[in-house]
Amino acid sequence: MSNNKLTVAITGMNAKPDNPGPGLAVSRCLTESDNFSGRVIGLSYDALDPGLYLKDYCDVGYLLPYPSSGDDAFLERLTEIHEKEHIDVFIPCLDAELPSIIRLNSVINEMGIKTFLPTAEQFRLRNKDKLVELSKLAGIDCPRIEAISNTQFFYECQDDNWTFPLVVKGLFYDAKIVYNPEEAIIAFKSIAAEWGFPVLVQEFVKGGEYNLTAVGDGEGNMIGAVMMKKMAVTDKGKAWAGVTVLDNKLYEASHQLIKALNWRGPLEVEVLKDTKGNYNLLEINPRFPAWIYLSHGVNRNLPMALIKLAMNETPPDYEDLKPGILFIRYAQEVIVPMSKFENLVVNGIND
Amino acid sequence: MDNLQGSKELYQRLALSENGFVFDPVSGQSFTVNETGIELLRLLQKSADIQQVQKALTDIYEAQPNELERDINDFTSSLSELMS
Repeated sequence: MSNNKLTVAITGMNAKPDNPGPGLAVSRCLTESDNFSGRVIGLSYDALDPGLYLKDYCDVGYLLPYPSSGDDAFLERLTEIHEKEHIDVFIPCLDAELPSIIRLNSVINEMGIKTFLPTAEQFRLRNKDKLVELSKLAGIDCPRIEAISNTQFFYECQDDNWTFPLVVKGLFYDAKIVYNPEEAIIAFKSIAAEWGFPVLVQEFVKGGEYNLTAVGDGEGNMIGAVMMKKMAVTDKGKAWAGVTVLDNKLYEASHQLIKALNWRGPLEVEVLKDTKGNYNLLEINPRFPAWIYLSHGVNRNLPMALIKLAMNETPPDYEDLKPGILFIRYAQEVIVPMSKFENLVVNGIND
Repeated sequence: MDNLQGSKELYQRLALSENGFVFDPVSGQSFTVNETGIELLRLLQKSADIQQVQKALTDIYEAQPNELERDINDFTSSLSELMS
């Protein structure tokens, strides 16, 4: 395999137990693969992101400027890091950074860094406010959803046949179930403050959540699909435990979406199966999920497949997906000398 | 998902272990059943015909046919709800 000595840069090395970033799990997939003996460069926005200090999964860690600092600041920092580390492949893992990274993709590629990302148009088409159209493509239902910009909606929505509870969601992250207008307004303000406008309001559907992750090859093919049912979730609704399943309807719906969008890159399709057995499309995330380590656990190492595609190589054929393999997340601490923390805060590097 | 109550497809896809642990590879649901439940599930995996299952259970357990029929219906109904 030609990618065993590659240097791979990965973002999303945060690992807050209630809502971890996917970067650390992507790195675990690579570093625990028998076919990878390269280096991982961890990229983060916060010196307290634990992934930057975990030497088994991150050879060197760097701080990046926040996406709000602008494209020039990001490119300048990436260029500095690239000059030192000679990055071969870059895997961004956070929703909020993807618009700017996709916009800069050709510049990043010209620097000699390979990526395997959706186009700006593909990224736009899977936005949360396009879910109704996407669910039609997938041949499944979609909970009623509306983008709002002020709290008056919550006092008037019942006139328009909305009923509480509702789900209040950020455009990139976060979702809160609310049971009355007062709770809804608190959720609206908190989400708007963190993720900006519009805020999305979605019909609450009771049922079990099923997720699929895969890589789209950009030609309509879905590679290495792994499906799981959430068995336990955090307060933020993130998977704390899950089990692999073989769900043909989820598989077909996801395949249809990838085909219709010609999706290029990793993705996660989230559906909710209601108590009557109907499938409802909740979200399409344009990146690997935080539970991606499960793909390594079922011999479908999707980050390795992504690297193959980025290197213009053919990903392997996988054996059939094994149902009944669980993941159970846990939280633990990494011990960090002050000098390491200081180096990250002052110089933006932990080497 | 379609209503699978009485569906042989549903029963046959279940992974049933000796100790009564049951896993559905499609829904991801798992649960445990007692010895009678194991017996009943094994019969349902062979035949989803309730009459045949009822007859087979009559040979094993001392119970009135109408009582057995009600218990089987309750069991398959709960199973269907759990698997959907």
